[in-house]
Amino acid sequence: MSLKRRRILPGFGLTMGYTLAYLSLVALIPLSTLALSASGIGWARFWHVVLTPRVIAAFRLTIGTAIAAALINSGFGLLVAWTLARYEFPGKGVADALVDLPFALPTSVAGITLTSLYAANGFVGRWLAPLGIKVAFTPLGIIVALTFIGMPFVVRTVEPVLQDLELEIEEAAATLGATRFQTFRRVIGPAILPALITGFALAFARALGEYGSVVFIAGNLPMRTEVVSLLIMSKLEQFDYAGATAIALVMLVMSFIMLFLINLLQRWSTARHAPG
Amino acid sequence: MPPAEPIVPPPPDRVARAAGTSARLTRATADPPWARALIIAAALIFLALFLVIPLAAVFVAAFAQGVGVYLAAVTNPEARSAIRLTLMTAAIAVPLNMVFGLAAAWAITRFDFRGKNLLTTLIDLPFAVSPVIAGMLYVLLFGAQGLLGRSLADRNIRIIFAVPGIVLATIFVTLPFVARELIPVMEASGTEEEQAAITLGATGWQTFWRVTLPKVKWGLLYGVIICNARAMGEFGAVSVVSGHIRGLTDTMPLYIEILYNDYDFAAAFAVASLLTSLALVTLLAKRFLGRRITDAPRVAAEGPGVDRRAA
Repeated sequence: MSLKRRRILPGFGLTMGYTLAYLSLVALIPLSTLALSASGIGWARFWHVVLTPRVIAAFRLTIGTAIAAALINSGFGLLVAWTLARYEFPGKGVADALVDLPFALPTSVAGITLTSLYAANGFVGRWLAPLGIKVAFTPLGIIVALTFIGMPFVVRTVEPVLQDLELEIEEAAATLGATRFQTFRRVIGPAILPALITGFALAFARALGEYGSVVFIAGNLPMRTEVVSLLIMSKLEQFDYAGATAIALVMLVMSFIMLFLINLLQRWSTARHAPG
Repeated sequence: MPPAEPIVPPPPDRVARAAGTSARLTRATADPPWARALIIAAALIFLALFLVIPLAAVFVAAFAQGVGVYLAAVTNPEARSAIRLTLMTAAIAVPLNMVFGLAAAWAITRFDFRGKNLLTTLIDLPFAVSPVIAGMLYVLLFGAQGLLGRSLADRNIRIIFAVPGIVLATIFVTLPFVARELIPVMEASGTEEEQAAITLGATGWQTFWRVTLPKVKWGLLYGVIICNARAMGEFGAVSVVSGHIRGLTDTMPLYIEILYNDYDFAAAFAVASLLTSLALVTLLAKRFLGRRITDAPRVAAEGPGVDRRAA
């Protein structure tokens, strides 16, 4: 039995017990509180809260902007990953390190910075304003913030796959007469597709619940620029706990579905990626 | 039967062309120069627009009104109390999550048990929860209308709109970091040396301190550093439980929000520049430690280790 084989080392009871106790106390019990509170609301009230136009508009905006930002990140993230994996150029080390900045930078710092840059009188916004493009305090601004915070996901999932891709396969494709574009579409593309989709899903999942970077740039107008996490926050500030709980439950279910899908994707990705 | 085709050497001029003008010779896997230039340019413009310009903008805005205003903004009593609360919160949350990470990584990588995948998914759970919802969980549990609200109020214990709530919310959102970094590193480092130590009569603690810890120290340090970065920078979850009592329950990210909403931009960016510097130190540490982590255990562990570093 494989269980016995590895039980040479001590400490299973202690570490496992501590892990489960701590995890339950910090995460699982609070999470079950939400389910408990939600069950106290009742179905009629739940649907009454969730199906109001304001809530539906918030979900539509959140999902739409999250998809848009994840798509932008998929495109440019692929370019950045390709650049980092395949090319040498001065400043590459700095570019590589900076890709992780959105993970390390507090979201409120990102929020105020992007807002001041993309406001109509900001460093970037002043070039866009004459063209009639308003970014800050519009859905476009939300997309900018979500693109920022989701950027590392696609780059960091695609880059290692590109690095591990054997050049011999591409050489073989070239020998067989494929053009560089055909090689990319038929050989490299299928190899990186699982990682690309995983990166998209991770960026999308992160964007769904984002709050800090969005709250400053969004403008927070109900029905127009109010994302779900902002709506939950304003319900909480009005002490409408039942409303906040109902919306949060929908959001949580969406997040858990994404977590499940991402786990499946990563298994698919490693299966495809594994040699042999 | 037709005679076999004689092997004809390629015409001499083609050989000369291929070998002679080596500048023209490109590998089959190299992209055309125009494509290469275009891809690099697009990637760098994207990075500049979303990373370099914002990063520079923080410091430009922080010093826009001079060094005097900057220093005043980061040293006034409210700023000092925000900095103190942020440091204190991280000083509680990070060690707790570090011990948790060590215990979880030991249990998961040293033993086989059923439900291991479920446990790793549960550890990742806080990452999937929106920060606002994370904070809200504690309001539902400890708030005035919460499940335990009445009994806490009777005992005069304040958790929500007070420091304990901020600490709890921070612990929740930073829970997975150390475990996540440590599990692949411990997995890759193997158990042979630990088994040898036990066989030679070392106790479990001795094995942990003398054998395991030195092997995984860089991975552990890296996990602690990114856990700390998030603990000091967390905004959404802390915002829900803090109540924004100036000088009492404001961490640095919350204080930045207050200053910004008061149109005190120079001060907001001055405080933001401190957190941005922390982020830059974190990135540097990642680069420095990342190299050590990926070099050491990869050599030690034979065969391909699962690299979760990237994800």
